[in-house]
Amino acid sequence: MTPLLLSQFTASSCIGLGVKAMLTTLIEQRSGLKPCDFETVNIDTHIGEVPGVDAQRLPAKLQIFDCRNNRLAELALQQDGFLESVQAAASRFGSRRVGVFVGTSTAGILQTELAYRARDPESGALPTSFEYGTTHNTFSVADYVRQRCRLQGPAVAHSSACASSAKVFGSAQRMIQAGLIDAALVGGTDSLCLTTLYGFHSLQLSSPAPCRPFDVARDGISIGEAAAFALLERLPGNLDAGSVLLLGVGESSDAYHMSAPHPEGLGAKRAMLAALSAASLEPGGIDYINLHGTGTPSNDRSESQAVTGIFGPSTPCSSTKGATGHTLGAAGALEAIISALSIKNGLMPGGVHTTRIDPALTALYIKENRRAPVRRVLSNSFGFGGTNCSLIFGAAG
Amino acid sequence: MKLSAYLGGIGVLGPGLSNWPQAAAVLTGRQPYVPAATVLPTPALLPAAERRRTGRVVKVALGVALEATSNAGADAAQVASVFASSGSDGHVCHEICQALALPTREVSPTRFSNSVHNVAAGYWSIATGSQAPSSVLCAFDASFAAGLLESLTQTCVDGRAVLLVAYDTEYPPPLYFKRPIPDALGVAMVFTPEKTMGALARIEATLTDEACDLMADPQLEALRLAIPAARALPLLRRLAAGASGRAILDYLDVSRIAVQIESCS
Repeated sequence: MTPLLLSQFTASSCIGLGVKAMLTTLIEQRSGLKPCDFETVNIDTHIGEVPGVDAQRLPAKLQIFDCRNNRLAELALQQDGFLESVQAAASRFGSRRVGVFVGTSTAGILQTELAYRARDPESGALPTSFEYGTTHNTFSVADYVRQRCRLQGPAVAHSSACASSAKVFGSAQRMIQAGLIDAALVGGTDSLCLTTLYGFHSLQLSSPAPCRPFDVARDGISIGEAAAFALLERLPGNLDAGSVLLLGVGESSDAYHMSAPHPEGLGAKRAMLAALSAASLEPGGIDYINLHGTGTPSNDRSESQAVTGIFGPSTPCSSTKGATGHTLGAAGALEAIISALSIKNGLMPGGVHTTRIDPALTALYIKENRRAPVRRVLSNSFGFGGTNCSLIFGAAG
Repeated sequence: MKLSAYLGGIGVLGPGLSNWPQAAAVLTGRQPYVPAATVLPTPALLPAAERRRTGRVVKVALGVALEATSNAGADAAQVASVFASSGSDGHVCHEICQALALPTREVSPTRFSNSVHNVAAGYWSIATGSQAPSSVLCAFDASFAAGLLESLTQTCVDGRAVLLVAYDTEYPPPLYFKRPIPDALGVAMVFTPEKTMGALARIEATLTDEACDLMADPQLEALRLAIPAARALPLLRRLAAGASGRAILDYLDVSRIAVQIESCS
């Protein structure tokens, strides 16, 4: 594929609002996970909650979108001068030439969960104040972002479970290459809700402890929330040497099971190979792999097999979910931004909370930060339904 | 780059629409439109254990996807797929929200796995053994048009066959009253970059400011407005007529999609 420039990016998660705070937390190898105290949830688990979401307000004319998920999107858009950069791109290209591609798994379903608690005892009706289309519907966050940024190009939400906001990079890249748009606002937003907290608990996939990807005693995920966005455009003539580029996107399906990965990671392997092929790179061209690394026994086992099957046992890799939690539909975009920070700052972030690496996992999992030039990063995102997406980012210079 | 592709096969299922040949007869006026509850097929391709777990959203999506790939003579395991829907499984969502409103908060693990927006895409991959990429989209009422754009860009940029599956099902009450989709409806199409044997038409899509086409039959127009995937009806009507022409489809508040159709027959 033709490489694209990430001309601006931002992310907000439990390890910080904006990229500066996130980088500091990664450098200090801290985690944002805490015992679950979300809403009325009564589960023995840890969560990654973004500070200040409930206090965030939406602009008056977009009040119909008001819900935790869109508040989180708004909070994230305000960091790192991202809104200003989007406006500059819209003036440069024309608002109809900038597309919007946002990944989410549950959007604002929390609104509906709360509305079901407030049903009319006689009729069973939901409260009249409850708005479905602009809060719960999967498109609501993409629609909020496009209206907030006054963009008029093609707009869509991707909802492929935990691969959602990695897949947006593929869609945006194709639409730019087809010439339908000149730039794309891509990203992902997923916020804490009862459906995912109780749902993963019912599948016995969430850990009571902070998640420990690749640990011999790993026992599940910690759910987090995040919003992360990037602006993608064609490479300008005068490319700054410090710029980060999207080099490759690889996608595949497992054809195996709705909620369990292929045991040998065949689908994951296909996605990584497709991304390498799109980027015209050999496995040796990747300096660091940001793993999907959820911390469930089965994900880490199959991903490790897939990684070593392609890269062998000596490419450093880690999961940043011990720090951020698994941010589900926002994970692809969040980890894309972490990949960009890794390249810009020569940082391979060590996986926090992991103490004893599972000897059965042969990939080179790093627990301590490594500081070294990072030219290219591969980032994995896999989801329920057996959907896989790998992204490759690289330094311009 | 022109957003153009050959259309190899179509699948349709909805209220009073039982398959593409019958829908084509209705859309060309050769048969009257008789609204009736959508009859959903059992997804025979799925292993029995999986089949038991599938809801209406999977049945309608797999039903039209199979009809389209079969009509196109396409290998279902090889085509990339784009699933576009304005919601996930409304009944599963209702059951989960209801369970979460009770003090016990017992969510069924199978229901939770089936609650994802990409549930139909997941079962399609399992049913056909397809390891090809699958994109799962939502653009509320504009979901069909968004899926069409994604399918055509994939066909043109990646140079491969792409299956578009657009579908919606109803929410039960009380959500039904907030999102009144009356029944299930699905539309599937197979696009290829090169002309195939039996290709129906070559189509080309562009964004436009023009107003979208309406259906002349008031009941079909009501259907077009009631179920997001039925926003495809003006395009299906043109294709059913088998002649070249143009269809303007509903999309976002700021734009529509114009589809130029050149018949291959």
